[in-house]
Amino acid sequence: MRIVVAVKQVPDTAEVRIDEERGTLIREGIPSILNPFDTYALEEALKWRDELGGTVIVVSMGPPQAEAVLRESVSMGADEAVLLSDRAFAGADTWATSHTLATAVEKMGNIDIVLTGKQAIDGDTAQTGPSIAASLDWPQITFVGNVRELTGKHIIAERYVEGGSEVIKSSLPVVVTVLKDANTPRLPSLKGKMRARKIEIPVWGKDDLELSEGEVGLDGSPTRVVSIATPETFTDGQIHHGEPEELAKLMADSLLGTEDS
Amino acid sequence: MASIEVRKETCVGCGVCVPACPFGAISMVDDLAVISDDCTLCGACESSCSFGAIIIRTGETDGTCISDYSGVMVIAEQRDGIVDHSTFELLGEAKRLAEVDGSVVSAALLTEEGGVWPEKLIQYGADRVYIAEDPALRHFRTEPFSRTVEKLIKQKKPAIVLAAATTTGRDLMPRIAKNLNTGLTADCTELAIDPETGGLLQTRPAFGGNILATIVCSDTRPQMATVRPRVMKALEPDGSRNGEIEKIELAPEDLASRTEVLEFNSLDEGEVDITEALIIVSGGRGIKSSENFALLEELADLLDGSIGASRAAIDAGWISYPHQVGQTGKTVQPKTYIACGISGAVQHRVGMQSSDRIFAVNKDATAPIFEFCDEGYVGDLFEIIPLLIKEIKRRRK
Repeated sequence: MRIVVAVKQVPDTAEVRIDEERGTLIREGIPSILNPFDTYALEEALKWRDELGGTVIVVSMGPPQAEAVLRESVSMGADEAVLLSDRAFAGADTWATSHTLATAVEKMGNIDIVLTGKQAIDGDTAQTGPSIAASLDWPQITFVGNVRELTGKHIIAERYVEGGSEVIKSSLPVVVTVLKDANTPRLPSLKGKMRARKIEIPVWGKDDLELSEGEVGLDGSPTRVVSIATPETFTDGQIHHGEPEELAKLMADSLLGTEDS
Repeated sequence: MASIEVRKETCVGCGVCVPACPFGAISMVDDLAVISDDCTLCGACESSCSFGAIIIRTGETDGTCISDYSGVMVIAEQRDGIVDHSTFELLGEAKRLAEVDGSVVSAALLTEEGGVWPEKLIQYGADRVYIAEDPALRHFRTEPFSRTVEKLIKQKKPAIVLAAATTTGRDLMPRIAKNLNTGLTADCTELAIDPETGGLLQTRPAFGGNILATIVCSDTRPQMATVRPRVMKALEPDGSRNGEIEKIELAPEDLASRTEVLEFNSLDEGEVDITEALIIVSGGRGIKSSENFALLEELADLLDGSIGASRAAIDAGWISYPHQVGQTGKTVQPKTYIACGISGAVQHRVGMQSSDRIFAVNKDATAPIFEFCDEGYVGDLFEIIPLLIKEIKRRRK
């Protein structure tokens, strides 16, 4: 089994603060982390590799410093890592990102599954996974909370959807996007950390992937961000202070009032 | 960035495309059409192939004329044949957008049997309904649905295509957008037509809801977006509206799929989909343990509501993901939202701020939730909520 896990380095959005005056993100001092959703994809890959044997290759498109999340993945147990990095890749939207990642998967060859997190916590698009599947013309199973079965021929996975879950069977190769319900990611091992320090991570650029300017980065991106704003806040609510008994009564007044209307 | 591709899975090796090519660029190798560098991307082979196996991916430089595209197409979503409310919301929004240039609103419905639904789509704002009916379209499956919608888009050329940002829409639309070489914006909360360019301004929260980004797709068509459910408003259905209903012809190969749905498990009763709830009692970091959610459940039962949670409570493992409200969870719009021990970080706020009335109980008077709730109660929820439960019971006696 040859499994690719596509991971992304993201700013820790829980730490993101806003410059209220300028309405921009304060990026300084915000730690970069491995996208939390991708850790579930990685764990799923490692779990099945441990059971079935094979190789887990982590791949990330990003600036040179994105190598850090690949090393972190290796410390958790990934066998190989590839960084897709090129100045020409900058400014990519999900079309160009998935196109680049899919081309890398083709270059690796004989891949059975591509796993990735449901979405990245910075963009929150959840589009890259299914777009990789489209580029490769592979089937896809998105929003997977549980992989029930994996063999050399097929996968059976549970997709968590509105109002329930769908159990989907797909032939391989396939692209799967993973939810946090799927597993609990393992911690890096000491051995893993040592490997992570030493492992050579090849860097593939536009030319290595035989891609043209027009299909990568900003040039290859059909969409473009034209403006950024901060959500408006409104402060016309009533705030009550007092003894708990008093507050509970006030709250009951309001709640039962709305119930009757 | 135009390119040509032969889909290995779909090509049957019939060879019809070979003489169709004016440049002699196609040959058959091992029963598969292979295209040489002599190809000029003229498209003659694409239209000669009855199996849709040859795909020319058009890009900004291929001369596709943006002005050929007009109108707004809504991809309807159905489960068990019943059209989801989000579709009606999209039709309301589509109508508002189409009014700017007086273009047509269409809806595409893929289902086993349309029944009353095409008429309903018209009542909610569609001028035209394209319907594909087949038992194979009973359950959503990525490949038949994306293939059918792709063909429809190529044929009808809508300027804008909208689908709900549900697990279905977010599975389907990226696949279509990638194959059509056009842009897609995820999970929009606001759409508008740029008065200068006539293009679609697509606004969405990003960075955990900390910012709102406005995105355009200026050089390719259609402009595609998934739209967050429960944000746009559906129109009142109007039984006097007229519209056309057109059948989408399906070929067997359109319906082929490498995935199958083995079973569907509905949520247990009491574990209702929170996006449908009228009252939500929600807990956050201040709840402190999974056992303490029982307190909120008691209140929810009393009010006939459902249980929600913030990411902090989910991450702590106190309650399961289907309950999560916020940027990485669900967006809800109940009549009453009661936030207990939730600080109101922006990641949570974007998922519940359109609730009609927001109540907040928190012992930290400086919690951000007090900046946007309708009624805030500063105090210990473990004191206030039990007293509230008692009070409601007493009054109802």
